[in-house]
Amino acid sequence: MPTQEYLKTERAQEWREALRKTMRNKERTDIPRVKMPEVDPEIRSHTYDEVNKGLSVEQALNESHRCLDCVDPTCITGCPVEINIPKFIKNIERSEFLEAAKALKETSALPAVCGRVCPQEKQCESQCFYTLKLNKPAVAIGHLERFAADFERESGNISIPDIAPANNIKIAVVGSGPAGLAFAGDAAKMGYDVTVFEALHDLGGVLRYGIPEFRLPNEIVDVEINGLKKMGVKFETNCIIGKTISQENLKADGFKGIFVGSGAGLPNFMNIPGENLIGVMSCNEYLTRVNLMQAADPDSDTPVHIGKKVAVIGGGNTAMDGVRTARRLGAEKAMIVYRRSEEEMPARIEEIKHAKEEGIEFLTLHNPLRYEGDEKGRVQRMLLQRMELGEPDASERRRPVAIEGDTVWVDVDEVIVSVGVSPNPLIPSSFSGLEVTKWGTIVVNQDTMQTADETIFAGGDIVRGGATVILAMGDGRKAAKAMDEYMRGQKSEGQ
Amino acid sequence: MNKIVSKENLSEKVVKFEIEAPLIAKSRRAGHFVIVRVGKKGERIPYTIASSNPEKGTITLVIQNVGKSSQKVCQLEVGDYVTDMVGPLGKATHIEKFGTVICAGGGVGVAPIFPIIEAMKKAGNRVISIIAARTKDLVILEDEIRKLSDEVIIMTDDGSYGKKGLITQGIEEVIQREKVDLCVTIGPAIMMKFVSELTKKYDVPTLASLNTIMVDGTGMCGACRVTVGGKTKFVCVDGPEFDAHQVDFDEMLMRLRAYS
Ligand SMILES: Cc1cc2nc3c(=O)[nH]c(=O)nc-3n(C[C@H](O)[C@H](O)[C@H](O)COP(=O)(O)OP(=O)(O)OC[C@H]3O[C@@H](n4cnc5c(N)ncnc54)[C@H](O)[C@@H]3O)c2cc1C
Ligand code: FES
Repeated sequence: MPTQEYLKTERAQEWREALRKTMRNKERTDIPRVKMPEVDPEIRSHTYDEVNKGLSVEQALNESHRCLDCVDPTCITGCPVEINIPKFIKNIERSEFLEAAKALKETSALPAVCGRVCPQEKQCESQCFYTLKLNKPAVAIGHLERFAADFERESGNISIPDIAPANNIKIAVVGSGPAGLAFAGDAAKMGYDVTVFEALHDLGGVLRYGIPEFRLPNEIVDVEINGLKKMGVKFETNCIIGKTISQENLKADGFKGIFVGSGAGLPNFMNIPGENLIGVMSCNEYLTRVNLMQAADPDSDTPVHIGKKVAVIGGGNTAMDGVRTARRLGAEKAMIVYRRSEEEMPARIEEIKHAKEEGIEFLTLHNPLRYEGDEKGRVQRMLLQRMELGEPDASERRRPVAIEGDTVWVDVDEVIVSVGVSPNPLIPSSFSGLEVTKWGTIVVNQDTMQTADETIFAGGDIVRGGATVILAMGDGRKAAKAMDEYMRGQKSEGQ
Repeated sequence: MNKIVSKENLSEKVVKFEIEAPLIAKSRRAGHFVIVRVGKKGERIPYTIASSNPEKGTITLVIQNVGKSSQKVCQLEVGDYVTDMVGPLGKATHIEKFGTVICAGGGVGVAPIFPIIEAMKKAGNRVISIIAARTKDLVILEDEIRKLSDEVIIMTDDGSYGKKGLITQGIEEVIQREKVDLCVTIGPAIMMKFVSELTKKYDVPTLASLNTIMVDGTGMCGACRVTVGGKTKFVCVDGPEFDAHQVDFDEMLMRLRAYS
């Protein structure tokens, strides 16, 4: 985490001083916020190509001039991993794009990913001087982050971090999602002998099987993983810790520490009548079929329903990914059914905007009561309850209340249930020595991510119960640092 | 990548494979299954582990050549590799000394019931194995099952071998003859439904091992869900075995037709 001192010294560097003087603040704030170039909605609702095309060099340079390099960069406080935002943006302004990427990597393990999937409007950009004081659109921090990370990748000059001499201490990582990958990268840098175990046949966790390619191309994830491989991280796919290899056997194999980043893989259902009809499925199932198993490819052996009238239940990023995927697979009518109003939707604003442009219908303040099928058991229609907003609840969002007697039948031939996930039970149920909450999350010390077993650390959705890529990544990094301190302590005790 | 070390045709449509998988061979128990994928475009398909050899580091799968994906597996030869294999998955069968146990396997269910026969016998049960097939040529693993069972009853639909009739007739005969403490049944869903209805009538506790559609096999998608005792369960993690008398077989039969 950057200290105030460090931020000040960095800001006081000659080149930054000089740069600030090249343009008056008034001129900077007069520049309108850049618009991300996008594939036309009509075209993109039929292809899997990435929707956002990325900023051109010119656009990025222009946008970088908007950043005032504030004395007190409040944006950093909005970032869960406290990226030195002005430093990377000012490097873009002086055309040192590779330096910008380096600045991102000081604290973020996966900038190309986060630049694409972070909810910036709730994080850094919500704390930008433009948002807080000028009432103007924030500096497009997310777009610039993506620009710098993509520039580095496309230049072929990806910097491989310095690696400390091998200490021959074996560490196991459970799960290859953002938490596991971030942990693995940092632990490898510190000289540990790291092996990542993944249950599925492909790496990346949600980044691979969940988030679709039109938002996060597989290539981006591959580059990150290849980078880790170059750093000496080993990967074992098709290996379930707790099943294929037990906790005891990991120890017997010489693993001195374990990081658990096993995610929140268990899909929730609503337990309403008709939910087991054919054509009703979890969003995880739908996205796994399409993303991991490439079910939409005619050569793939895995089937997927191609619905014409598709309802996706929920208002999160997962729901948006589901409904936009259904659209791309040929749904004529693709709807979001959400029990609160659009304002309360947890999805990123950009996803909601993109979904609307692609012709997705929003049935907000509606909640499914039951589904009915035809004689073959295929879902045919759903009964929705109309809702209104009441008092705020524990989540500080206004609580949806049913409007007595106000229901409506809607025809559907596919329903995708996206009402949240629960922590993956594989590790909590097969490991001993962990403390587990009644929700199934693993209890850790918030500062160190250490569990009740001091050799085991955990982070990401298995600890938070469903969060974000950046928080998972931040946890992984925090855990790597704390595990290193723990291991050093053990070593000096042993001497 | 897991290498195939031996292959044997048990019948025209059934192939037995021995495949290298040292870690799975070491940790598997009766009732566990694996997910197998052949080729980069291949489906993830569940198969019960029929037996394993931890010293040699291999497991045995018996695969019925039905449908596109199992055909892909059956075309593999000794020395070939399966692209992906993960396991052991599911909960192991609860094995103890119950007394007299009927193990009723039909069609596709004969291979997966084999390890249960073996484990039940080892635990000191009197094991009566009832195996059913359409016709004589489709009766598999008979010798192996005879070695481990106290009694074997073979039923064929056409009467070309053993007794003529359905598996339920064989089971009913035994239940009427003597006290049965547990019945374990594996086979097509429709068969398990009828077995379950029969043993319910006689109040014989019954376990059915369900073979639903699966994708990941690790509890991540819910494709495998069934209703047991009015509650939704995921077969891949909560099962594959459930109290047959609580299973909603009609819903399961319906869901099995999802992609046909
Ligand atoms: C469709 C979808 C869209 C999303 N969109 C966004 C977004 O736009 N922005 C955002 O910030 N967040 C988003 N999220 C949330 C974000 O993806 C998660 O918070 C994040 O991926 C959690 O990371 P993780 O490393 O904890 O777990 P995961 O990414 O879930 O990875 C866990 C991995 O561990 C493996 N595993 C589990 N148990 C074992 C075991 N016993 N042995 C071996 N391997 C095991 C799993 O197979 C999985 O690959 C989205 C989530 C989904 C599902
Ligand atoms: S197969 Fe996906 S949850 Fe069981």
